[in-house]
Amino acid sequence: MLFFSYFKELVGKEVTVELKNDLAITGILHSVDQYLNIKLENTRVVDETKYPHMLSVKNCFIRGSVVRYVQLPPDGVDVEILHDATRREARGS
Amino acid sequence: MSWAGPDNFPSTSLADNLDKKLLVVLRDGRKLIGVLRSFDQFANLVLQNASERIIVGDLFCDLPLGLYIIRGENVVLLGELDPLKEELPLSMVRVKAAEIKQAQKAEQDATELKGTMRKRMEFLDLD
Repeated sequence: MLFFSYFKELVGKEVTVELKNDLAITGILHSVDQYLNIKLENTRVVDETKYPHMLSVKNCFIRGSVVRYVQLPPDGVDVEILHDATRREARGS
Repeated sequence: MSWAGPDNFPSTSLADNLDKKLLVVLRDGRKLIGVLRSFDQFANLVLQNASERIIVGDLFCDLPLGLYIIRGENVVLLGELDPLKEELPLSMVRVKAAEIKQAQKAEQDATELKGTMRKRMEFLDLD
């Protein structure tokens, strides 16, 4: 639940999602769900020439299970709030 | 797959993509194109008029597949194809199935050869 809530805060920000198949996609975070599936808008692929099939894809849905990293803008993280939420979560479980 | 919270949070539901022509990338690297007719919470999909787009270098070919049910665990991503944009770079050439299969085999052989040569060099332990 913590990361789901955390990603909800990042909706509207630009992120880069790196997948387990090494494909990396940059886009605006449109939405996220409890499985951490991600919907991105205005997407562009990081290494375009290597993935020609993605040329006309501007919006995509990414299954949470295939995500390796989600790269965030450096000012997208309020570390203090994240720390507090983590402590609360740890205490709760 | 999602619920609308009190803030009317945007949904990750695939309902917005129903009846649209989508690109589906699978875990084995295949790229399927078709019209999304159904989905569920596991991202199992029903694609109508599905075709597999095989790309080898600058060559591509679409193999017609028909009506497909895709098990969600194999799905990497679903991409909405912008009808106003070119689906592929203009430099790419559409070829027939036989030719793309030949090109695929050639690519596979080349990768295999690289693999075996690398194994032989590793044995020498030159580093």
